[in-house]
Amino acid sequence: MDSKRKMDSPESNVLTRSSPFPDEVLERVLGLVKSHKDRSSVSLVCKDWYNAERWSRTHVFIGNCYSVSPEIVARRFPNIRSVTLKGKPRFSDFNLVPLNWGADIHAWLVVFASKYPLLEELRLKRMTVTDESLEFLATTFTNFKALSLLSCDGFSTDGLAAIATHCKNMTELDIQENGIDDLGGGWLSCFPENFTSLEVLNFANLSSDVSFDALEKLVSRCRSLKFLKVNKNITLEQLQRLLECAPQLTELGTGSFHQELTTRQYAELESAFNNCKNLNTLSGLWEATPLYLPVLYPACTNLTFLNLSDAALQSGELAKLLAYCPNLQRLWVLDTVEDKGLEAVGSSCPLLEELRVFPADPYEQDVVHGVTEMGFVAVSYGCPRLHYVLYFCRQMTNAAVATIVKNCPDFTHFRLCVMNPGEPDYLTNEPMDEAFGAVVKNCTKLQRLAVSGLLTDLTFEYIGKYAKNLETLSVAFAGSSDWGMQCVLSGCSKLRKLEIRDCPFGNEALLSGLEKYESMRSLWMSACNVTMNACRRLAKQMPRLNVEVMKDEESDDSQADKVYVYRSVAGPRRDAPPFVLTL
Amino acid sequence: MEKPVVYDNGLNLEATELRLGLPGTNEHEKQSSTSVRSKKRASPEMAEETRSKSSSCISDADDDAPPPKAQVVGWPPVRSYRKNSFQQRKGEAEGAGMYVKVSMDGAPYLRKIDLKVYKSYPELLNALENMFKFRIGEYSEREGYNGSDYTPAYEDKDGDWMLVGDVPWEMFISSCKRLRIMKGSE
Repeated sequence: MDSKRKMDSPESNVLTRSSPFPDEVLERVLGLVKSHKDRSSVSLVCKDWYNAERWSRTHVFIGNCYSVSPEIVARRFPNIRSVTLKGKPRFSDFNLVPLNWGADIHAWLVVFASKYPLLEELRLKRMTVTDESLEFLATTFTNFKALSLLSCDGFSTDGLAAIATHCKNMTELDIQENGIDDLGGGWLSCFPENFTSLEVLNFANLSSDVSFDALEKLVSRCRSLKFLKVNKNITLEQLQRLLECAPQLTELGTGSFHQELTTRQYAELESAFNNCKNLNTLSGLWEATPLYLPVLYPACTNLTFLNLSDAALQSGELAKLLAYCPNLQRLWVLDTVEDKGLEAVGSSCPLLEELRVFPADPYEQDVVHGVTEMGFVAVSYGCPRLHYVLYFCRQMTNAAVATIVKNCPDFTHFRLCVMNPGEPDYLTNEPMDEAFGAVVKNCTKLQRLAVSGLLTDLTFEYIGKYAKNLETLSVAFAGSSDWGMQCVLSGCSKLRKLEIRDCPFGNEALLSGLEKYESMRSLWMSACNVTMNACRRLAKQMPRLNVEVMKDEESDDSQADKVYVYRSVAGPRRDAPPFVLTL
Repeated sequence: MEKPVVYDNGLNLEATELRLGLPGTNEHEKQSSTSVRSKKRASPEMAEETRSKSSSCISDADDDAPPPKAQVVGWPPVRSYRKNSFQQRKGEAEGAGMYVKVSMDGAPYLRKIDLKVYKSYPELLNALENMFKFRIGEYSEREGYNGSDYTPAYEDKDGDWMLVGDVPWEMFISSCKRLRIMKGSE
């Protein structure tokens, strides 16, 4: 931290200084504080600390790109090397936000080019990034090292080619789950032959072929490569060759795990995995069959995170695999493993902290398999450390959830998705109020909650009364009246993000949260009972909030179909497209 | 604030029932919290296969008809990159048996057997012996089938004719396209 001392705040004169330390010492000490929440607290202590903190800050996290402008950020923090930015509301992941909504990175890059020419890292989530922006990034920031794009859109593989071509010091290229135009795999061949600094490479969700020759050479010469996640076009045979080059990998995402191998090739693959003693994360495994899973066994001893959400395993296959993974802390699976597979999780993974079960057939109505409440209960008995769950199922009971949270009281993230909207407890036919009541009463550390099933206002009474640490709440097809939402707004003191769809909450509920919204990051309400007039009132009374409405076609003039409210120091958006009405 | 919804038997059936409302019954519909209320209109840009009619399309529902389970935009909340891999998976997982043709040199017509029924080579060979009324010799890696004029062969994915028994059973099942019982030594 070689920040220059600027005398831009006359208050930090010797006479008025409250701290006995010279500024340089204060900056040095505060520079060691890493968490952005702690830094935020530090900056509120006094003027000296505010200044010391801002000079020593090298990483800035912006949870809503419209809450602040790049100019304001640059004015406050002169020495930033790493930026994390999140853009669109989370429901854009489920197609509730039209294309061209905004959250374009370009304006930020232009400011960074002049204020942070030494920028090294950029991590973006749900932002729009064009090829022009990527090219601009690659050619402007000579020190640029790490690019992570999660759930972004607007670019193509041409943009990646620009990055590979120009960024000489790249250590991380992490392209995850983006809506991009895959024009071909040539981008990978753009890394120059003398380029050796890569430590992280993730192109698992790109669909076209890269040149395997180029990839193999890249992996061989990047001796510090630690994370490698390839796409499903990479075969087992090719994977074996990559592993031979890079036995030091700690995170591996395989390609397709299904290919006809000769006995010799099979043995070579086994041996390659046997040499990967440092793996703690494994993913990919598309089309994995029982024949080839055993080659993984020797590499699983130190696995802490196993992501099987692309491999439709059955219960027996999963059980056999888990027997080799005693240290597993995080597991993602498809519901093809069924309750029996989850029983195996309960018995084989005592250290499990996080479980995510995704639906293999989310849109099939007549499916009889998948997981039920029994699987979840089985895991809760075997995994007392469980604190993060995302669970998609078709049936659930109040009693089961009560048992689960009794076994696992430390939940911080509880996301239960009963897939049929408004589904009651299938044994008693009652609403699922008591289930979520049990969650919030038992799990005092709960930070994030997603509810589903048939729910009345009682659920929200419980949440408002007990969920005192709740920061994020997702609600869909639930509640009976405005009262429910009002309970949440008045009771959950730490609430930061509230996202609601298809609920009978209306104007009274919306307007009951006037002051509350300033202490939150954002509120999303779609397909509820909110009117344009109420939104206008909200906007008028709370000038520091941005109130944006998107209307559906065919809706009548008074309805506010999609409402997005967020606090901002940057004023209303200047880049809003015509379908976003700023009130 | 009062909660207007009343439960009989714990389930507010009235609220979930879709019907053509008479004038004056609108309040009742509005408060039915449990019906799927999405107004189904996605923007034109969203050309999703999930954009079908939602069950809250009141004008389509009959009196007393149970709400049709239709798809709703963005529900269940599954990311689109996950959805794409499901289609492929469906194609692979389904299969009502794995029938392959079996020809025997000199026999007038071919037969078909379901490879999925068998768990190992001895089971399969036994079945073939019974089907065609012949005996197969002893298998050894060095010499193939000894002690009989008949040799079982299969055509693999590359179109090559291979001796049955060399590769692990699972691998055989996934690559075998047809079977042939060859007669006479070559």
